[in-house]
Amino acid sequence: MAAPLSKDEALVQFLLRMGDNTLILGHRVSEWCGHSPVLEEDIALANTALDLIGQTQMWLGLAADVQGEGKSADDLAFLRDVWEFRNLLLVEVPNEDFGRTLMRQFLFDAWHSIQLGHLMTSSDERIAAIAAKTSKEVAYHLERSADTVVGLGDGTPESHGFMQAALDYLWPYVGEMFVSDEIDAAMVEAGIAPDPASLRADYDTLVGRILADATLSIPESQFAHKGGRTGAMHTEHLGHLLTQMQWLQRAYPGASW
Amino acid sequence: MYAQMVKSEATTDDPEKLAAFQARIDAGEKIEPKDWMPVGYRKTLIRQIGQHAHSEIVGQLPEGNWITRAPTLERKAILLAKVQDEAGHGLYLYCAAETLGVSRDELTEMLLDGRMKYSSIFNYPTLNWADMGAVGWLVDGAAILNQVPLQRTSFGPYSRAMIRVCKEESFHARQGFDAIRKMAEGTPAQKKMAQDAVNRLWFPALMMFGPSDADSVHSTQSMAWKIKMNTNDELRQKFVDQTVPQIEFLGLDLPDPGIKWNEERGSYDYSDPDWAEFFDVIKGNGPCNVDRLAARNKAWKDGQWVRDGLLAHARKKAARKVAAE
Repeated sequence: MAAPLSKDEALVQFLLRMGDNTLILGHRVSEWCGHSPVLEEDIALANTALDLIGQTQMWLGLAADVQGEGKSADDLAFLRDVWEFRNLLLVEVPNEDFGRTLMRQFLFDAWHSIQLGHLMTSSDERIAAIAAKTSKEVAYHLERSADTVVGLGDGTPESHGFMQAALDYLWPYVGEMFVSDEIDAAMVEAGIAPDPASLRADYDTLVGRILADATLSIPESQFAHKGGRTGAMHTEHLGHLLTQMQWLQRAYPGASW
Repeated sequence: MYAQMVKSEATTDDPEKLAAFQARIDAGEKIEPKDWMPVGYRKTLIRQIGQHAHSEIVGQLPEGNWITRAPTLERKAILLAKVQDEAGHGLYLYCAAETLGVSRDELTEMLLDGRMKYSSIFNYPTLNWADMGAVGWLVDGAAILNQVPLQRTSFGPYSRAMIRVCKEESFHARQGFDAIRKMAEGTPAQKKMAQDAVNRLWFPALMMFGPSDADSVHSTQSMAWKIKMNTNDELRQKFVDQTVPQIEFLGLDLPDPGIKWNEERGSYDYSDPDWAEFFDVIKGNGPCNVDRLAARNKAWKDGQWVRDGLLAHARKKAARKVAAE
């Protein structure tokens, strides 16, 4: 058994979970650049990716500060390997098609907005400040992804089919958001962050309402893939993403860009 | 310069109306969408603004090629912001073209089936990270030289679009110079990337201004209509004169042995680009033409269900609203 984490070590893990989510999702969304179905979506996707990367700078910047090893947000983003990442599996799955990309965005935005709402009253002022700033962006992300999920779910039979397939594929990745562990317990005890399990009811209400408007059916199985936010077992997809994202930093160590 | 070789239409309108129209332009008045305008003026503008808009859209691809490999979070954010701006420029320009009676979908179809062109520069590949600097600095730098005078173009919506575009383009050029400067001052490997980018993109950037005035058959009418504000050679010379000292400042080798200060002209002499290569690229034989168009066609085709779905939903929503009233 490893020794229990110190308060700062637990805080770093929590911050990595926040920052890795936005980093990896921002990366995935940025893969769309120039390839989306309509010009307005190119703009919206780039804008979303840009917000998420900006949020990453804040979360990973704070993680690096708390860690106190002289690292930067870039060091954390570009020089860790798969097993050191703490993002939800949901955000690392490939884009596949526009439907899956927007459904993934919606399922994440719904959790993200609820989580940030709680973090705004965090006992850690630095976290509360990041949450206050980013929650405004995320409110817009949620409005847009929810509208798009409804528009495509309740669009043509073909678009409905794409969205139902996306939901069926992604739903098993939702449960991981609400699994609490000892890091979460430490955050709750310090008044830094809410217990993930406690967010489920609000999430189900919000997601249920939007998916009903979208005429989509939530899969019955509550099975949840896990291992992203603990780092125990990521998907095979993350390694390929990092190979691309980290290539320059890895190939030319020590260079300044 | 994102519009090249735009064919100017001859016009067969009523001579009296034509003369009055020309007098308005000569007096510096702006022509607005509902004003009378010669058929040729309208057609030429649709072609030029459309080509410009398409260039912004296709131009996302060579930069998008590096977004996922940007070496720092800040560089990634900057590049995303820049590409987002370009998509936005496309949007203003399509809107400006729409005021002339052509829809964005019609223009898109013409791009996708090859009836309309986009700037030759985007048919060149981006091969190392320094290209992201060079594209901002050289390519956007060249575009700015053309677009700044176009802020004064005679067609109101185009002029206003250019004013907004120019503000953002100068940020693009500055971030490009900053990115390549960091590399030129960096490790030997980074400096090599910077040199490689300048060597590869120099002549394609010069080609952005279009063929020499002596060979450019479309200029006269467009200049009289203030659709085109300067000759290709004037702008190219200006570009060379402003860029050569910047290359020297960066400590990079000049990409053309023909570059020499000409005391008498007060300008740099430079070698002509290979115009045979330019015409090959225009005809579809550039290094990336086929891939760029295939990427745009795939995006359009794969996105059909999305556009159909959103449209169907908007109609249902409108119908439900009417039913509820």
